Amino acid sequence: MLELKNLSFTVDGAGRDTEIIRDVSLTVPDGEFLVVTGPNGGGKSTLARLIMGIEQPTAGQILLNGRDITALSVTERARLGVGYAFQQPPRFKGMTVRRLLSLAHGSPLPEDVCCEYLTNVGLCSREYLNREVDGSLSGGEMKRIEIATLMARDLEIAIFDEPEAGIDLWSFSVLVKTFKNLSKRKHKSVIIISHQERIMQLADHLAVIADGAVADYGTKEEIFPRLMNDLNDSCGFREG
Amino acid sequence: MLENFEKELLKTIADISDLPGAGAFNIRRNGESAGRHSTENIVIEPKKDKPGIDIKVMPFTKHEAVHIPVIVTESGLNDVVYNDFYIGEGAEVRIVAGCGIHNNGDCDSRHDGIHRFHIGKNAKVTYVEKHYGEGEGTGARILNPVTEVFLDEGAECEMEMVQIKGVDSTVRDTKANLAENAKLLITERLMTHGAQTARSDVVINLNGDGSSAQIISRSVARDTSEQIFYPRAVGNSRCRAHVQCDSIIMDSAKIRSIPEIAANHCDAQIVHEAAIGRINNDQLTKLCTLGMTPEDAEQVIIEGFLS
Ligand SMILES: Nc1ncnc2c1ncn2[C@@H]1O[C@H](COP(=O)(O)OP(=O)(O)O)[C@@H](O)[C@H]1O
Ligand SMILES: [Mg+2]
Repeated sequence: MLELKNLSFTVDGAGRDTEIIRDVSLTVPDGEFLVVTGPNGGGKSTLARLIMGIEQPTAGQILLNGRDITALSVTERARLGVGYAFQQPPRFKGMTVRRLLSLAHGSPLPEDVCCEYLTNVGLCSREYLNREVDGSLSGGEMKRIEIATLMARDLEIAIFDEPEAGIDLWSFSVLVKTFKNLSKRKHKSVIIISHQERIMQLADHLAVIADGAVADYGTKEEIFPRLMNDLNDSCGFREG
Repeated sequence: MLENFEKELLKTIADISDLPGAGAFNIRRNGESAGRHSTENIVIEPKKDKPGIDIKVMPFTKHEAVHIPVIVTESGLNDVVYNDFYIGEGAEVRIVAGCGIHNNGDCDSRHDGIHRFHIGKNAKVTYVEKHYGEGEGTGARILNPVTEVFLDEGAECEMEMVQIKGVDSTVRDTKANLAENAKLLITERLMTHGAQTARSDVVINLNGDGSSAQIISRSVARDTSEQIFYPRAVGNSRCRAHVQCDSIIMDSAKIRSIPEIAANHCDAQIVHEAAIGRINNDQLTKLCTLGMTPEDAEQVIIEGFLS
């Protein structure tokens, strides 16, 4: 279980403090599938980076299974079972897909297991194994390999940041299935940051993050109609 | 007989841990031959007028390899060797060279390998050369290789030249001359640490129409080490060349990269790219999110970059 308690993140930009995350409290129980959505620039990725420990909150606490992990490093959190698939995964010269998956898993992976992870994200596996995760891969391919690195791990909490970006429709439906099945098996709790209706449909709960705060939270049955209304309302949910 | 640490050295530089049971080889230890073997198609003979060997590969030889590693384990030795390779028409051969210096003393140990390759028509050569230094002494480990390659019509050569670590000072001098339709690929990978210095000069003369060359240089400089790269591609014909230098800089190291391209023919197409930068922060963070410490992450990134 993941608990965020009154989390804030302020940066000082141009001599003036800017609050990027404002007093966010959220609980993600075991077995929960939470979809986080909201306008661009709302603070979704920042929230994910705070949970992973890439950024340090200026106030508030992060608890994993009751333990305060706020002061722990990225490495320590990773070892406790926190995983984050980046919105923009970095590329590595000279690192093969197979090696990256093995590093993620924590030990060398047999070829067929690697292939399975890749197939699950819609990549025709064998030809990718020995390719380098460098500039030769497309944005969509990078995203899918990034997702596969989380599928290769047993996690307490897995966070995927806009996994649908740059992915074709066919691969996308493979991906939705993977989140529905594999992720549930390998990850105790899942947070997916997404704008895709088909991913929202998988959610137990939806959280809308706007202007650095939780603008709305509830079951998909509760949130969905409101979200659709907001989208149709020109004064409401606008790109920030 | 080879000592255990000498076998380890051989393994590091030439992927063999003892005198090979078969195939052509020449193992040079402390300025003398520690074993030599020719085959029907590959003949190795010592030079009469100076230290070194002539390696003759018969035309149309296929699927054979030659190992010619050098080890220097005596502190204070200054070893110069002249090796000439004559690769016959249509032959396909893999050459594994390399030099390992184990210096436990306080005098400098040095090896200068002067290699000249005459690669015949349509022959294909794969050349691997690894340089490595180790030992506790204060004496330097110095390697100054000179490599000259002549590629005949349609000949192809792939050269992989690696400086693994522990080489205090190196000055590398590489020249290649390409005839019609000849093809050359040079991959250079180099790591320096401590107060080491490295300089690499490469000149590729593309003389024949349809010739092509690619130089890929990747390096990592740590601590207070210094590196200079000076790759040059000269197009004298209808040819193509691509020079790429990519370096990771760390600590208080210094790197200069000066790729030069010259065209003396209007159908020459030559491109160069050069980049120097520190390890990307996102890469480090990414690996930490997989449970690695920042130190391990750094190591993994460097290993990949130099692989
Ligand atoms: N370290 C930082 N310094 C300054 N601004 C930041 C920092 N991190 C995020 N921001 C800003 O905070 C806002 C929220 O960004 P982000 O979390 O990426 O939004 P989202 O993922 O919802 O699109 C953006 O305006 C972004 O530029
Ligand atoms: Mg984002």
